[in-house]
Amino acid sequence: MNDWAPGIAGGALIGLGAALLLWSVGRIAGISGIASGALEGARGDRAWRIAFLAGMMIAGAAALQFVPLPPPRAQSGPTALLAVAGLLVGFGTRLGSGCTSGHGVCGLARFSKRSLAAVVAFMAFAMAATFVMNHVHLSP
Amino acid sequence: MTRGILACFASGALFGVGLAVSSMTDRHVVLGFLDVFGDWNPRLVFVMAAAVAVTAIAYRLILRRPAPAAGGEFHVPKAGAIDARLVAGAAIFGVGWGLAGYCPGPALVAVAAGLRDAWIFLPAMVAGSWIAGRLAR
Repeated sequence: MNDWAPGIAGGALIGLGAALLLWSVGRIAGISGIASGALEGARGDRAWRIAFLAGMMIAGAAALQFVPLPPPRAQSGPTALLAVAGLLVGFGTRLGSGCTSGHGVCGLARFSKRSLAAVVAFMAFAMAATFVMNHVHLSP
Repeated sequence: MTRGILACFASGALFGVGLAVSSMTDRHVVLGFLDVFGDWNPRLVFVMAAAVAVTAIAYRLILRRPAPAAGGEFHVPKAGAIDARLVAGAAIFGVGWGLAGYCPGPALVAVAAGLRDAWIFLPAMVAGSWIAGRLAR
């Protein structure tokens, strides 16, 4: 599970995807922004977003299906927790103008100070949330 | 324009396969990285390092060109101030990411793959984004 090769290979593919998007249509591969624009953006600005998301979802799901990867873990997360987490991720990425891809991959690659600040903040808060969830037992 | 749309589809495909191959679509791998005081899984470090390295080199070369290959102009965010809105948004996103192990890209791929947890997470994510968009108006 901890072997480095799939991580490096997958990361390089993500980078190539981001590169192709900037080279072809001049856009940054920030998934939260592409997705919110696809749903709520100006009409003339939706096609490229939908094409990107369709490619990502179709090819990603196909890879999960056909590439021999570690079998998926049990899909049994607590419903309320997943829903609250989804709300926070949607709200926070919109407010902070980016997620792991926009600030994390593309922002750091552009040496953006704003993105670096965002990455430090979301990493720290994510680690804190995971810590509380896994190691702090609140029940009496 | 059609060429541009095809290129966007191909970009997304590379991105999505990258997420799948690196197991970022498995939220437990991501949670394993975030759980620094538990059974730590370094996978995300390799993924981010490779993705940032490839993107940084490619962006430098591409941004020397006068315009994107399919026409139009480069839409690169302008450098701005680190404000409360950015940090608060990132912090709120972080809490959600740390609770579920899904960020937007992997969640979308996991939905396409029919994974149950992502089907609960994604509608809530869309709602959260919509609420933040309304408040910002």
